[in-house]
Amino acid sequence: MDITIPILILAIPLFMFLLLGLGGVKMSPKLAGVLGTLGMGTVLVLSYYTAFTYFFSGNPLFVDGTDRLQFVAFNQTWLQFTDKLVIKLGFLLDPISAMMLIVIPTISFMVHLYSLGYMHGERGFQRYYAFLSLFSFSMLGLVVATNIFQMYIFWELVGASSFLLIGFYYTLPSAVAASKKAFIVTRFADLGFLIGILVLSYYTGTFDFKTLCSNPQAVFSSFGGATFMGASALTWALVLIFTGGMGKSAMMPLHIWLPDAMEGPTPVSALIHAATMVVAGVYLVARLFPLYLLEEASLMFVTVVGAVTAFYAAVVACTQIDIKRVLAFSTISQIAFMMVGLGVARPEIHEGLGYMASMFHLFTHAMFKALLFLGAGALIHAVHSNNYTAMGGLRKYMPVTHITFLIGCLAISGIPPFSGFFSKDEILSACYENHIFWGVWMTMVAGMTAFYMFRLYYLIFWWDDPDYEERAKENAHGHGHASLPHDAPWTMTLPLIILALISIVDGFIPFGKFVTWEGHEYTIHINWLYAGISIAVAVIAILLARHLYIRKNDNPKAMADSCRWLWEAAHRRFYWDEIYLFITRRIIFDGICKPIAWFDRHVIDGTMNGLAYVTNQASSAIKGFQSGKVQMYIWWYLIGALILGAVTAVCVL
Amino acid sequence: MESVGSIIIYLIIALSIIVFSVLTVTTRKILRAATYLLFTLFATAALYFKLDYEFLGSVQIAVYAGGIVVLFVFSILLTTKPGDNSEKLASRSRALGLVGAVAMAGVAAWALCSRCADLFTALPSMQNPTMHQIGTAMLGTGYGQYLLPFEAISVLLLACIIGGIVVARKR
Amino acid sequence: MEFTPVYYLIPSLVMFCCGVYGFLTRRNMIAMLISIELMLNAVDINFVVFNRYLFPGSMEGMMFTLFAIGIAAAETALAIAIIINLYRVAKNIDVHDITQMKF
Repeated sequence: MDITIPILILAIPLFMFLLLGLGGVKMSPKLAGVLGTLGMGTVLVLSYYTAFTYFFSGNPLFVDGTDRLQFVAFNQTWLQFTDKLVIKLGFLLDPISAMMLIVIPTISFMVHLYSLGYMHGERGFQRYYAFLSLFSFSMLGLVVATNIFQMYIFWELVGASSFLLIGFYYTLPSAVAASKKAFIVTRFADLGFLIGILVLSYYTGTFDFKTLCSNPQAVFSSFGGATFMGASALTWALVLIFTGGMGKSAMMPLHIWLPDAMEGPTPVSALIHAATMVVAGVYLVARLFPLYLLEEASLMFVTVVGAVTAFYAAVVACTQIDIKRVLAFSTISQIAFMMVGLGVARPEIHEGLGYMASMFHLFTHAMFKALLFLGAGALIHAVHSNNYTAMGGLRKYMPVTHITFLIGCLAISGIPPFSGFFSKDEILSACYENHIFWGVWMTMVAGMTAFYMFRLYYLIFWWDDPDYEERAKENAHGHGHASLPHDAPWTMTLPLIILALISIVDGFIPFGKFVTWEGHEYTIHINWLYAGISIAVAVIAILLARHLYIRKNDNPKAMADSCRWLWEAAHRRFYWDEIYLFITRRIIFDGICKPIAWFDRHVIDGTMNGLAYVTNQASSAIKGFQSGKVQMYIWWYLIGALILGAVTAVCVL
Repeated sequence: MESVGSIIIYLIIALSIIVFSVLTVTTRKILRAATYLLFTLFATAALYFKLDYEFLGSVQIAVYAGGIVVLFVFSILLTTKPGDNSEKLASRSRALGLVGAVAMAGVAAWALCSRCADLFTALPSMQNPTMHQIGTAMLGTGYGQYLLPFEAISVLLLACIIGGIVVARKR
Repeated sequence: MEFTPVYYLIPSLVMFCCGVYGFLTRRNMIAMLISIELMLNAVDINFVVFNRYLFPGSMEGMMFTLFAIGIAAAETALAIAIIINLYRVAKNIDVHDITQMKF
């Protein structure tokens, strides 16, 4: 394959970032938006071309019989420190990166298009598009990384653009706090990632994915049985690398930044904090999966973290009021699903079914979660509030949003024939095949997913029927324009419709043919026993939600009151933020930082200030010596010389 | 045992050094001070002759007496106006200066006395350094030869000439 | 009577102390410069005397004195240039009146 197209895929978003970032203020917002969208459209076409060439051309570079190969389009040495410590930048094509080349530009293009309507008239419109391009560049660079260090570089770039976009409304204190929180938490996790990279490359002497993954046994033997605190060094390296993934993918206990990240503009939430960036952790584990397979313990760690997080997030999502928060927790839950899928994958169980299922779910989830977020954006745009209490009965006013949102809910709940069913079913099958406990656990979480999504759906579109005309009149006094909630302009509804169509059909993609862990083709066959269980659970959950929330009644409130403390705890996200605040404020700040600050301010600064004070006083005391009278100087000189001479005469001679 | 003539010559030299030095710093007229300095320098040159350093004595006369003192005289004439060429010294500052000078003399005498043996060696015989020897010593690079200081001095003199012109010229 | 070094060192010491006294008391800059010349001369005499008495075979003291005379000439010339310049600016060469040069 020619290297022009891979380079262009990375270069166009970067160029757009520079163009819009540096020249954006000189452009009209509309021009900047259209330019950014066109740039992303070009990338979309190019990466579709690349991915389809990879999957369907049958070129012996890409496929060997039925096995798909890893193909390096280019791999340029960037920094050479020593013989072994070489950092390269390159473009790796393999099944998962090709899949991501479809997912990222698709979602990114939809979001670019959607933002033309959603962000219309915002201050900093050009800046917004510049950041979106930066994000697209970093994310594409991340997925095509040929080595773990390139991945780390782009990983940090992604984090930086996420920070910039969460803090887009930087005049709001809450947005500033949220962006700081996201940055600090993920950076904290990235510390683990970096240490993991260093441990891994210290023992193996390479950063390269191809070298690492093509011969895992060599990697294993290069560790030579080094252990630390009872676990092998390889396990430590993998767990530490996974820590980075936990931060980015909002696994417990590093999940706290993601709900707050919803302070950013809603399309950003759709793009970064639902569809693409947060699955980077999953992608990382998938990328290093052959290494994880060497150490059962590290896969077990991944599974446990994923399962706990999935359950926790599902519980919390049932009690949130802010619709974006509900979606945020559902994102956490679904990413945890993918993690569990990877954690339970074993090559002996249907050729690593969990791996395929996890990637499949990543793909479908990206589509329907972007759809849900963009739909939520349309709702927020219409009623100017994030809370479902301000909504209700909206199905009459916003039919397009209603239908597409419903499709998204059905997809995430796992109702056939929508896409979520197929991918989630594969994950559940993999869980059951691994151990019945994981299967039951994840089925329960899947049921909760269906419940809270439909709770949200009914609360938004049915439930109450508030008098929007009355409210519009009130708003008219305040804001000067009166309007009923209505569907958004075509730039916003078109992405919704496209994503809804994708969510309906993409479950039928024979995903096993394209993405499996070693590149062998694998035909998905649905295990109807597991599928039946999960469908039944989902349908029951949906019916329960319908019964509770189809029209306004007091049952939900009564239920919450009957178990007040549990509801309150879930609503407050089980006090994770408070725990963090307690640890940081009370223990770290008060216990460690304040004494250090005191020491710095009083002892170190005091020493320096004291020196300066003494010097100052001494010089002002003796400044009279410099009188300008030469003969006074001579006198002092003579006295000094005489004393020296006398001392010499007495002591030496 | 020295000859009587030698003793007389020594006495003249020593007395004129002491007397003219004292007069140099005590006279109130600056032009006279320069004149007394000239006599002191001549006496020093005579002392060099007496110690068998003829070349040094000639240099002393040529450079000091002939060059520097003339410079002094010219500068004195340039910087003093008729009528203010005498300055009055306060008795207090005179006494203080005397104390300083005597203290200086005391310390120096003490230092001298601590090497008594050297102070009373007899005059050894010596071959007068010939011009050939001095020239070789000045332009050679071996042990006891001084080409490098010689060159350094020449550069220094050049710098002084340029510096003097720059500092003193009218702007 | 035998001339030992002390016979020469005592006039030199007197000369040096006269230089010190003059340097401390005279206010005319040229007079101070003259005092410096006196001190330099006293030192030169010492060099020569010690060379002559203690190391008659070598010429270090004499050469040193030669160079000292050269440097003294240079120094004097430059100092006088400065003094004349100062006189042009201040119309005065009394060191007590010239105290502004400390900055």
